[in-house]
Order: sequence, then structure tokens, then C-alpha cells
Amino acid sequence: MVEVCVVYDKVRFEEKALYDTAKKKGLRAQIIDAKKITINNASKRKTLQFGDVVLQRCISHFRGLYLTACLEFMGFMVINKFKVGETCGNKLITSLTLAKSNVPTPKTHFAFSAESAIEVINTIGFPVVLKPIIGSWGRGVFPIRDEEVANMIIEMRKENDNPLSRIYYVQEMIKRPPRDLRCIVVGDKIVAAIYRYSVENEWRTNVSRGGKAELAPITNELEDIALRAAKSVGGGILGVDLMEDENRGLLVHEVNNTVEFRGASNVSESDIAGAMIDYALTIAKK
Amino acid sequence: MKTQCQECGAEINVPDDMMIGEILTCPDCGGDFELASKSEAKVELKPAETVGEDWGQ
Repeated sequence: MVEVCVVYDKVRFEEKALYDTAKKKGLRAQIIDAKKITINNASKRKTLQFGDVVLQRCISHFRGLYLTACLEFMGFMVINKFKVGETCGNKLITSLTLAKSNVPTPKTHFAFSAESAIEVINTIGFPVVLKPIIGSWGRGVFPIRDEEVANMIIEMRKENDNPLSRIYYVQEMIKRPPRDLRCIVVGDKIVAAIYRYSVENEWRTNVSRGGKAELAPITNELEDIALRAAKSVGGGILGVDLMEDENRGLLVHEVNNTVEFRGASNVSESDIAGAMIDYALTIAKK
Repeated sequence: MKTQCQECGAEINVPDDMMIGEILTCPDCGGDFELASKSEAKVELKPAETVGEDWGQ
């Protein structure tokens, strides 16, 4: 019998749902705290108990990413793969990957010094969006509407100790309704799609920022673009985020590696965790 | 089952169906704790990790 292993660092709704669902499906299942794991480069798969397939669900991006590298090194099947996590965890790499695969995505500029960032912003014209290349839940994502604010934010980023803070990711501001789309892709299927509406006085739509979820129809356009986006980053269990541009239609702006689906579960009738476990089974049997 | 908050001593109720690794918040001081272990006799909490810059999806 296949054994599914959920690796976590904080048990949220999602990790609990995955573990419970695996058990309900009659599988062997275990749930392991990543914070307690130690591995060395002589570790052997047979001495470690991570089952037949690992669902890596750490809330800390780097903890999950490097643990995945270690588990893959020992031959474990991990969802998602290290390469996928590395791509999705970095907005710059994601934007390049999407563009390379001709997935519609906002035009994004990259600058490698504060001076060139200002130059780029002035060339594009206002408004623009400045994002950190690593980060989530909308942290540090700023709409910039004038030169004064641009100078202030770039200066703040320049003074930051983190070297990644000095890599500037400047994106065109998309003319969109006050919502975006979150599409949960499992393998080659979309299991749920939701609109995420931003709350009053908040431009970002992240559910973690109070954004409200509402069921979205899975149109042919959405299916085509979201699946192509998922495939371009390497596939697996992913959250594809899209915006509805007034003129160009759907644009993918992000692909999430450890997708949260509590908001989607509340409004969708799809068995999201069930689809994820079924997918894990197909991977384990490969 | 009930236990005491390590920060302020308030009583914290730990639901029976809570899993190891889940986070609970002290109703009095707002401190976050991770459920470290549980048995029929007792539950153990430890301070939860603070939100990291790389947290999220």
C-alpha cells in the first residue's frame, strides 16, 4: 500500500486536510515536522521513513525548498520538485519562465541598482508595481504612482541589508477589476478557481490581506493559460494567479509552489485535497 | 484538555481534535503556541515560530 508523507513546519487547514484525506482513502499516511528533520549527505533512503511520496508543505519557502533538495538527493519523490519550488519561489525567474513559454504575463523590467531602477520606472511612466523577487502574501508589493514615492521606496530597498532587496522587479500596472484569479492546478487538471477580491483601502487581493474568495468559472481561456503556466514551471500541485487585463485578457503574474486552498475550499465544491492525494498516488506509482 | 499559557499563565483550552504542530493563541495575551505533544494525561505547548520573511505560498 502506498504511503503518503506530509511534511510541514506549521499545521494549517491544508496540511490537516491532506493528511486526513489520505487516511480516509485507506492509504498509509504520516505527517512529519520539518523542523525536527536532520539529514546528511551519506543518508540513505532505506534508513529514513518518508513513505513513497512526500507532499512538501512548509510555510517557510527556504526550509521547504532545501529539504526538498535533500529528499530528492536520497531518491524520494517530492511534490513539488526542487526545480519547481526554486522557480516559483522567485518572481524574477517565474516571469522569465512564463515569458519564455509564451504564457501571457505582465511586462516586467529588472534592474540591478537603485539608479537603474529609477531610470526604468521613469521610462515606463506611472503607475508601476514594485515587488520583491522573493516573498509572499503580498509583502513589500507596492503600487507606485508618483516620482516622490518611487524615490522613497527605492531608497528604502537600497538601504536594506538583504542583497536581494537590491534586485528590482518593476512591473506594469495592469488595468483590472478589483480582483484576481487563483487557479488550483493538480497535475494536468484545474480542480478549483476562485476570484480574490481586495478589501476596502487595500489594492492587493491576497486572502492573507483580507481578500475575499468567490467561486470563478473555469473558462476555456483560463484552463488553457493556467495549465500552460503550470507546465512551464515544471508542473505538480500549483496555485496559478492571474489578472484580467482590460485589453489582453488573462495574464499570469505568479505561480505558487505550496498552494494554500482554505479560501478555495470554502467556496468550491471540488474535493481539492482529494485531487491532490490522488495525484500523489499517481506520482508514487511512477 | 486545558493547559497554562507560558507567557501569562492564563488557561488555554486545547481542543481534542487538535494535531501536533497546530498553532493556538492564548485568549488573554495573544501569544502563539505550537502543540508539541499530547497524551491522555497532558498536553505540551512550545512557543510558535515567528512569521519569517519567506513565509507564505
